This record gives sequence, C-alpha cells and structure tokens, in this order.
Amino acid sequence: MTSSHRGTRDRRKGSRSSGAPPWLVALAAVCAAAAAIPLVYLIVRALDAGIAGSVVATLWRPRVLELALNSITLAVAVTGTCLVAGTASAWVLTRVRIPAPGIWILIAALPLAVPSYLAAYGWLVWVPSMNGFWASWLLLSAVCVPYVTLPVAAALRGASGNLHDVARTLGRGPFGAFVSATWPQIRPAAIAGALLVCLYALSDFGLVSLMRYPTLTWGINAAYGASFNRNQAALLALVLVALALAVVTGERSIRGGQDQVAVRGAPPVIPSGRWKLPVAVVLMAAPVLGVLVPVLGLLSRLLEAETLRSIDVPRLLGAVGATLGLAVAGALLATLLALPIAALAARHKSRLVSVIEATGFLGHGLPGIVVGLSLVFFALAVVPALYQSVIVLVFGYAVLFMPKAIGTMRSGIAGVPGSLVEVSRMLGLSPLATWWRVTARLALPSIGVGALLVAISVMKELPATLLLRPTGISTLATELWSRTTVFEFGAAAPYAAALVLVAAVPAVVLSGFRGVSKEDL
Amino acid sequence: MRTTSLLTALAAGATVLALAGCSAPGAPAANGASSGSDKAFTLYSGRDEELVQPLIDMFEDETGIEVDVRYGNTPELGALLLEEGEQTPADVFLSQDAGALGALSNADLFAPLPEETNAAVPAGFTSADGTWVGVTGRARVIVYDGQELTAAQVPDSVDAFTSPEWAGRFGIAPSNASFQAFVTAYRVLKGVEAADAWVKAVAANSPQIFENNLAILAAVNDGVIDAGLVNHYYWFAQADETGAENLRAQLAYPKPGDPGAIVNVTGAGILHGAADDADALEFVNFLVSPTAQQYFVEETFEYPLVEGIEAPQGLPPLDSLKNPDLNLSDLESLEATQELLSRYGLI
Repeated sequence: MTSSHRGTRDRRKGSRSSGAPPWLVALAAVCAAAAAIPLVYLIVRALDAGIAGSVVATLWRPRVLELALNSITLAVAVTGTCLVAGTASAWVLTRVRIPAPGIWILIAALPLAVPSYLAAYGWLVWVPSMNGFWASWLLLSAVCVPYVTLPVAAALRGASGNLHDVARTLGRGPFGAFVSATWPQIRPAAIAGALLVCLYALSDFGLVSLMRYPTLTWGINAAYGASFNRNQAALLALVLVALALAVVTGERSIRGGQDQVAVRGAPPVIPSGRWKLPVAVVLMAAPVLGVLVPVLGLLSRLLEAETLRSIDVPRLLGAVGATLGLAVAGALLATLLALPIAALAARHKSRLVSVIEATGFLGHGLPGIVVGLSLVFFALAVVPALYQSVIVLVFGYAVLFMPKAIGTMRSGIAGVPGSLVEVSRMLGLSPLATWWRVTARLALPSIGVGALLVAISVMKELPATLLLRPTGISTLATELWSRTTVFEFGAAAPYAAALVLVAAVPAVVLSGFRGVSKEDL
Repeated sequence: MRTTSLLTALAAGATVLALAGCSAPGAPAANGASSGSDKAFTLYSGRDEELVQPLIDMFEDETGIEVDVRYGNTPELGALLLEEGEQTPADVFLSQDAGALGALSNADLFAPLPEETNAAVPAGFTSADGTWVGVTGRARVIVYDGQELTAAQVPDSVDAFTSPEWAGRFGIAPSNASFQAFVTAYRVLKGVEAADAWVKAVAANSPQIFENNLAILAAVNDGVIDAGLVNHYYWFAQADETGAENLRAQLAYPKPGDPGAIVNVTGAGILHGAADDADALEFVNFLVSPTAQQYFVEETFEYPLVEGIEAPQGLPPLDSLKNPDLNLSDLESLEATQELLSRYGLI
C-alpha cells in the first residue's frame, strides 16, 4: 500500500496511524456497530446450526459451491463492466463537446431510479426467453453504471487536464495519456463506485430470480422460504458476508493510500467529429437498456391488461408520501451514521480504522431479507417497545445503505486540504469546531451526494420494508409488490410509474451535484 | 490490540444504552394477556391483500371485530414468525401453503384449535394434530402451450417429463415450496427409490429452472417453454386479469392417483399468545364458514374444503384428486425431499 503518489503534495500526513482522535474513533466504532448487527445475528443463527458437522455439510454441497461461484462471476463481470462503461461515459460527459451536456448527465443518472426487479420485469415483456448469466449481467450492469459514472464525472470535473496535455506532448497516445495522467486522478472515485456496484451485484435477489440465474441469494431465499431453515440461510449468508468483506478489503488496498485532492483546471474539450457514433453508444447504452426498454415494456403490459382499474388516488398519494418520508429519514440517519466513519477513514489509516470502515460496508453486501430479520431479532431483544415502529424501519435502511454514503463522503472529506485544517487549528479552533466549520462545510456537496444515493435506495427497497414496516404502512415498492403477485398489471402500473418518477427526482438532483458546473456551460 | 477490543466493547455498550434509552413507555400490549374478546386482533396474512381484504371487510362488518392485517409473502412471514417467537404481535397466521403451517407447528408456535373448528374440514385437507385448519385447496397441474400442443399431446403423468422427448422443454421451480410438497408426495406414494429415480431423470433431462410458479406460467404463456408444473389457481388469476381467450397457456390435470395430481392447501392457525382470544378464533371459524368458502371459490378459483360448497367451474371434482394414501402431515417432512433435490443439484 504505497501512499506516495502525487496526491500527497499537500501537507497531509499520509499514513499516520496514531493521529486519530479517540472521540472520533469511538464515535465511528459506535456507528459501525450498527452495521454489524446483521453479522451478530448471522453468527448466533449459525451457532444454532452447530459448528461441527452441519456447517461443513451445508457449505460443501455441490449446489452451494455452484451458487457461490455464480455470485462471484456475476459480481466480477458486472463490476468490471460498470467500471469501464461508467468511466467511459463520465469521460465523454466531461471532456467531449456534446450538445446539452446538462441533459446528458441527467440521463446518465436515470438508471438509478429503476429498481433492478422492474428492469428485469420490463425486459421480460419484450424478450420472455431472456435468462441466465448474460441477461443478468447486461441488466445489472445497465442499472448500476451510474454508481461509477456520477462520481467519476465529478472527479473529472475537478481533475486537471494539464497533465493529460503534458502526457500527450511527451508522446503518449490518447489512451496512454488517459492511463498515465487522468486515471490516477479519478481512480479513487471510480473504485469507490465500483465497490458499491460489486456489493449490489452480490446482494441482489429480485433481478437474478426473474432472470433465473441462481446465486447465493437464491439459496438464502429458498432456505427461508421452502424449508424454513433459518440456520442454513444464515450459513449461506455468512458466505456472502465473507465475499463482501473480501471485496471491501480488496477495494481498500486497490484504492491505495489517500483519496486524491481535486485540482481545479480547465478541462480540454475535444471535438467529437467522426467519433459521434461511439460517443452516442457510450452515452445511451445504459439509459436505453436500463430505463427506456423496461419502462416501455411496463407500459405495454398496462395497455394489455383487460381491466384498467380506476386508480385509487388517495392510496397512491399515501404510498408516495410514506416513500418520501421514509427516504428522507433513512437518508438522514444513514448519513449521520456514515459521517464519523467517513471522516475517520478519510484522514487516518490503521488496522482499527480499516476494521471500522469495512464493518460499515457490511449491510450492503447482504440481501434485504437477512438484514430485515436481523433487525427483528435485535429489536425484540433490545427494544421490544420499538418493534414494528418507523424507528426500527429507518434504522434498517441506515444499516443497509450507509455504505453508499461512506464512500462518497470519505472522498469529499479527503478532498478538503489538510493545510486548511491546520490553519484553523493554529487560529485556536478546537478539533470539533474545525471539523464543523471547515471540513464539514467544504465536504458538504459529497455529503449531499451520499444522502441522495441512500434516499434513492430506500425508495426502491422491498424485502426489509415488508418485514420491518409498521403494520398498515405501505410504500410504493410494497404496493407494487402486492399487485404484481396477483397479476394486476393494470393496477400495478401507476405504482411502478410513480416509483420510477419519485426515485428520478433525487437522481436528477444528484446529476447536478458538481457535475457540470455553471462556468463550463 | 487491547485498545481495539476495549473500544469495540465500549461502542457496543453505548449502542445498547442509546437504544435502550429510546425505549420509552407505551409498549404495545403483549398478547399473552389477551383473553376473551376485546373486539380486535392482529392477522399476519401470507395471502394477498387484493384477494383477502374484501373478505376481512366482510368479517369486520359482520362481527364488529377490528382486524389489524400485516401482509407479506408466506415464506417471509413464516420466517418472521419463527424469528419473533413468543414476542410476536400476531394472533392469527393465514398461510398460502401447508409447508409454512407445518414448519410453524413443528416449532410449537400454534395453540391447538377447538374440535369443532377442525371438524369443519375433512381429514386429509387439514392438519393431523389440530394445530391449524385447512381453508382452501390448490391442485397441482401441468400447464402447457396451447399453440404448440393439443390437449391429447399433454402427458397425463409427471413421469413423462423424464423422457428424452421432453428434454429442455419443460419448467419446474425446485426451490419453491409447492414443488417440494409434490416431490414429497411422490416419495410417500411411490417410495424412496422411485422418487430418487424420478428426480435424477428429471434433473438430467435439462429442465428449465424457475424461482416460482408464476414465472413458469408466464414462460409457458410467452412460448418460451412447452409445459411446466404449477398450481392450478395461478392460471385462473391470470385469465381473470387478461382474459382467458388471450392466454396461450392451458391447463391439464394429471390422471387421478398420479403423484402429480395432489392437492395442497392454504390454511390458518392461532399463535400461542392468542390461545384464549375469542376474536382470533371467531375469524378462523369465519374462514371455514360457507360465506368465506364461497368467496374463495368465486374470487380466487380455489377448491372449497368445507362440504356442501361447489368447486369452481371447469375444475375436476376435489374427490378425484384426493389421494387416500397421502396425508398432509406427510408433506411437512421436507428435509428428505430437499436432500434428494440437492443430491441432483436442483436446489
């Protein structure tokens, strides 16, 4: 892990391990403890299963190995694809002269608004025979690309184009110049985005079940659903935890020492010319595959339905309201819990910091049903009075989606020059006051991005919501679920449309954050 | 590393304290105390809101008892009830299949039902030990592509799907409870060796694997596969939504006595905490009353289980599907089936 690349040109102490203030470490550890609840639950259940014979017997079944291999293959393929496609479209969005760049970056964010199960469902309308690895790979990649595109586009906006020019002048080809000059500057953002993609691909169940590609999440759902074998489900989920931890640890070492400091510089704009077609493909692939095709598919199903029931408007509005309220609350809590972890990880390195940060990412690598059940277990054991209350539900969202905020906020905080912090301290401000008045202020956009990413995910979440919601509360996702289970496509369509529209709002806001800054237009 | 573990312990302690501090008074009433009638109870429904809520409205109007309903998938609510254990807020569980009821019964979560409740449903369609009562029946059927096949070309036995003629053309949902119940029935009716041979042959015959019955029906209806093994009522629900004449998929019933022709049931049980809750019991009795049974026939196209109510039109009589050698409690023994399916890589 070398931290001696150009990013350390500011006077931050790159890899000190002892400097972390104890209060920050303690606070971050408390927040990470929340994310560790599912792990504690899984270990309790796995111990129930008996460590000795049955664990080996369960895990060594040929089918389990196959499921694990399928999960790994899919996660690797989707992550790689998103990394390449997301970086390419971010580069086009920021470095190529295209008409209406603001609109394009907005379009690039739209796949975030489509839940993976809706994307799969919409595609099946057109191509019913679609199934297996390639179908899952294509659609998961399409809906996950924005996790890479948006942060990389933001980093490219900040990245200096001068180095690229220097590299070209020194005889590098365009690609070589990109690799040697631009890539190091956007690498942390790209890899942080790729981490979210990878964890999502590991934990997704809705899409792979519709696309009939059996992964570990199938095994987990079948263990709960067909055999009511919670212990076996827990063992399979622990395999998933191990994979997720390997990914998170891997990301930390690939990311390298410190996040890059964004350096403002006027990026060169390359005229597109004969590259028009490839540019269009790069920009449109994900929005067409992940949004346009499935949404049209859903619309056609709507027209096919024999009985177009009248829409129950108050009920629809109630679901919209509940969805928005929960999304805001979930985003706030997730951001609050993620903040100390991000602040710690942005400035300090030690084994303890690594453990805390990795723990914070755990929830995102697990399917919603596992996180939901773990919070049922936890709430009943610790705060039975709050069971089936909004508080536990929102807490569940925070556990699930906190990683989406950790990554972006860490980059944002690391981007605040250490010299400013030192000046503030020299002027007599306490560490906390410095943190609040300098670091938090400057990192605010990244905190906003993190919160929006969480809000979008909360809106689309289904399995944990079904388990944890207060009886009688319905979100757009649960309403959609209850209608598609009985074939009421006519009745389901308004909820599907409302869900995509509502989730598109934060996606659109997100695309505006540090994306295309006004002076460039 | 000593500081590490100290901090971890501190952090854990702080979390617990912080959360414990939140647990203000006003805890929901525990169910243990509820005896007699307070004109309200909580229902966990593994059956869909669109289908069940009108029936519950009828019950509320008739009795003045308020029903607090929590909707979810049967498997997930089953897992939830197991996790909640005695702390569950639920008084009654309405389940989409017997497997979930059996699992909860085995975990000793249900209070025994009164004799007269159990007696409403003939033996063979309800629990053997009186912990839950059957409400409606679902037949296992073969769904086929009506554009590719004539009714005469459809097998009358599930054994046909082991032949090379069907290789790669049929769909099953081996991780789904309804398929596992069917394989269990096969094992009970024809013996372990025959079941082993069938699963082995089917697994080797390139079956198309789906996650649930609905997906199989959709695939047949779209012409992706020629046939599949499902429950009968999905087809009727689809026909109700899009019109029967618009469906490519058609149903065929395996011949009586074939293991593919079993009936699985939906049912309801009362949780221990509500053992003395008169409201909960009244609701369970309502489910097996003529009013509710008639409702299920008309709205969900399922078999009524109470004598004297006519089955939906177009279905073979329930008696012809009743298998004298099969007891529903046999279907609760899923473990051997799962081991069998996993041996040949189907789950």
